[in-house]
Amino acid sequence: MLELATVSLLNGIVYGLLLFMLSSGLTLIFSMMGVLNFAHASVFMLGAYLSYQCGRWIGFWPALVIAPLLCGLAGAAIERYGLRRVHASGHVAEILFTFGLAYVIEELVTMVWGRNAVANNVPAVIDFPLFHVFGSTFPAYKGLMMAISIAMFVFLYVALRTTRIGLVIQAALTHPRMVSALGHDVPGVFVLVFAIGSGLAGLGGVIGGFMLLTQPTLAHAIGPIVFVVVVLGGLGSLAGALIASLLIGILQTFAVAVDYSLLDLLRVAGIAVARASPVHELLSIKLATAAPIIPYLLLVAMLIVRPRGLMGTRDV
Amino acid sequence: MAFVAVALLLVLPYVPGVDSDFGRSLLTQMAIAAVFALSFNLLFGQTGLLSFGHAVYFGLGGYAAIHVMRAINQGLPLPVMLVPLAGAGGGLLGGLLFGAMTTRRSGTIFALISLGLGELMYAVTFMLPGLFGGEEGITASRTRAPVDFGVTLGSQLHVYYVVVAWAILAALLMYAFTFTPVGRMCNAVRDNAERAEFVGYSAQRVRFIAFAVAGLFAGLAGGLHAINYEIVSADAVSAQRSGTVLIMTYIGGTGQFIGPVLGAIVITWLQSSLSDYTSAWLFYLGVFFIVMILQAPSGLAGLIIAHRPILRSRAFIGVLAAYGVALAPLALVGAGTVLLIEMSYRLSTQPELGTRMRLLWTPLDAASPWPWVIAAMALVCGFALLRTSWRRIGAAWDRAVVQVASS
Amino acid sequence: MTAPSALELCDVEKRFGMTPVIRGVSLAIAGGERHAIIGPNGGGKSTLFNLISGRFAPTRGSIRLHGEEIAGARPFAINRRGLARSFQVTNLFSHLSVFDNLRCSVLWSLGHRYCFWRNVDALHDAARLAHAVLEQIGLAARRDAAAGVLTYAEQRALEIGITIAGGASVILLDEPTAGMSRGEADHVMALIRSVSQGRTLLLVEHDMSVVFGLADRISVLVYGKIIATDTPARIRDNAAVQAAYLGAAPDA
Repeated sequence: MLELATVSLLNGIVYGLLLFMLSSGLTLIFSMMGVLNFAHASVFMLGAYLSYQCGRWIGFWPALVIAPLLCGLAGAAIERYGLRRVHASGHVAEILFTFGLAYVIEELVTMVWGRNAVANNVPAVIDFPLFHVFGSTFPAYKGLMMAISIAMFVFLYVALRTTRIGLVIQAALTHPRMVSALGHDVPGVFVLVFAIGSGLAGLGGVIGGFMLLTQPTLAHAIGPIVFVVVVLGGLGSLAGALIASLLIGILQTFAVAVDYSLLDLLRVAGIAVARASPVHELLSIKLATAAPIIPYLLLVAMLIVRPRGLMGTRDV
Repeated sequence: MAFVAVALLLVLPYVPGVDSDFGRSLLTQMAIAAVFALSFNLLFGQTGLLSFGHAVYFGLGGYAAIHVMRAINQGLPLPVMLVPLAGAGGGLLGGLLFGAMTTRRSGTIFALISLGLGELMYAVTFMLPGLFGGEEGITASRTRAPVDFGVTLGSQLHVYYVVVAWAILAALLMYAFTFTPVGRMCNAVRDNAERAEFVGYSAQRVRFIAFAVAGLFAGLAGGLHAINYEIVSADAVSAQRSGTVLIMTYIGGTGQFIGPVLGAIVITWLQSSLSDYTSAWLFYLGVFFIVMILQAPSGLAGLIIAHRPILRSRAFIGVLAAYGVALAPLALVGAGTVLLIEMSYRLSTQPELGTRMRLLWTPLDAASPWPWVIAAMALVCGFALLRTSWRRIGAAWDRAVVQVASS
Repeated sequence: MTAPSALELCDVEKRFGMTPVIRGVSLAIAGGERHAIIGPNGGGKSTLFNLISGRFAPTRGSIRLHGEEIAGARPFAINRRGLARSFQVTNLFSHLSVFDNLRCSVLWSLGHRYCFWRNVDALHDAARLAHAVLEQIGLAARRDAAAGVLTYAEQRALEIGITIAGGASVILLDEPTAGMSRGEADHVMALIRSVSQGRTLLLVEHDMSVVFGLADRISVLVYGKIIATDTPARIRDNAAVQAAYLGAAPDA
């Protein structure tokens, strides 16, 4: 029991930190530009593919640098040539643009690498056991991922709160013309923010690429959960995103390990439910099967109880 | 105008070219998509609520309808023609249930909630196979009914007429809704929710009503879908379906009532015809969508309506001529893009078919560099020429506008 | 006037985070009175309006409308009890026509509520009322123009029209003549005088000729506190007011 709990906790933290890697860039872009970037998970996926390709041609360590860089450049191009034209039309237009972009990126990736998952395997150089826990090994690449994820949090926290450019950006979000009149290059700042956010997504994709299956549907598989994380944590709050990621990661990992249903629980309490009863089917769902909907149930619960999220500071 | 449209709809399935089962099926799909898109626009264009999970209500309606159809197959004395009402009921229930919790917020948060709910429903359909049939879905027969008043729905033609009848009714009702007091307040809330509160209306209550009504008509569309396909499965509530109705409505134009209908027709047609020729059809759709956002946010309907002021002007011919001149570079750009994309898709997703292919009536070999070079050149040259002809179009428009203003 | 207070504020305070903006305001406005609030920029005039009309809830204190407590109530609840406000930054239904803007403002007060079974064009009472207000604010010629394309002065007039159309007994006008020329301001002043007949008016203004031309009483709000409430003549001679505007108090 303890073994199961510890291993699940560890895996849950790993998964949670992976979710955070994705949602950190999204939170950055949102809190600084007010744009909810639907294409964020797509850039993550792009990072996974690019690092796979780089890994095949050059090696893993260069890929760790090159893939995020390319994703950052892609982000800069998206903002400069696409999103910039839409800012004036309001947030809805921005969301729609990134939504369409997600479609396009998914198809671009298919065009280049095909519809099937590519063999993005863990590079041998980081695939050694870091330590042992109750007989199962904890591989080094998971440790690397955790380290990168935490480093991201620290970097962003510092950037948002303490740097001068962070303050300028936050001012530009609500009063771009005033900030521009004060001499700051507001459009340039937006490009920078989008580039950094996309670069972070790409960095996440490098590692995430071999923890999850690198295939064209990757973005769609993980994208919605990331949005749930961001809403749960409270839009614009980095700490909230971290807490929400860990919460979802741990809860989902624990749930997958539980092979019982509400029906079993009732049986223990001495209550039997007839098979013909309409709720029988609902109650017989094992928690492990229901695990995928846990993030969304949390979302609904949060919206009823506390719509601004765990640590939400800004309203949309 | 309306009578012409209705007459057209009645005659359409006999027009050569669509008088096959396939053609009539396509028309039926367009009608269903039109109702769905109109219901989406009730939320988006009318009330300002962007939903990424509207398929939930379509699907709930579809499932409700298919279960009623199964009951009819078992002997329930209800004509299949009335099954869409069950769909409307299912959609309405869903709208009331989920609307209460989602309409407290608007804008970006509302969009995210709708996304989450959509994913939730999709996952739930796999967890309750008795209700939703899991992977295979739920099936029923539209012909096995104890009561039918002579309408047997055996052929696609009959299905078409029943679907179109419901579609026209739905469209009329939704149109009438926009002229009711609450319909007007939906527009007011869209324009300025805060001000609407300051004239005595609860913005949340208005949104909730819009949500429930939109759910009702989406469910109706789902019911029509159930009749047409005789099966409803998880794809009815999928994110793909939600995304498609959004794209359809936006491309058609959210500012005009007829916009979503136009978008539904165009996109359904593209979906059906293009997917036969190319596996890149989703890419083209995505690019089309993005281009519309950047260049024509008012949609196709908006583009058409924009020509109304200059129709009377003599310089209008000049505008049309400028469009004509722009066609050639546009074709060049299109050809170049299509070549590049199709060749890439062939190489990466269907390598087993070999590299020889036939594009735009020309045989070519994707492994040789020449088609790529030609395609790239076509793209670049076409783009450059397009820019000059774009300027010419702008100038022609200026002349036309000045003409109208001075007359 | 011995009528009970139409609007009464008691020790109202408001802080945003750690920043106090309204530091204890008490005011009683009689029914039918025209009351102006003046003061240097940043004094909290718009915030006070926002508190009264329900846009924000006060941190402390009570606000009573016709004797009923409204502090912290939702804007639509306050509006239904008979209070309406205009905005300093024009706040219209930009895609609706001028006529529709006014019509939407009267629907609730006429009891149509969330009706979805009648055509709004068939509601003759709403149409008549909207038309009357349209004439009153002088925009009959622009009846079908979208509110978003009106000129600035026309938008300000529509702003006032929307505010009074619902028949509220207490009207709050937030800088109605902001940004206007002398002629336009005089015109709006006449309009305000006519629409506020028989109603209670609370006015925030910077244009002193408008203030002194309209108000029965004036309150001076400086840094979240009212330093004087009196008739226009006595306010003009009040030393503290003069200091606040001209000398001792630091300028915003």
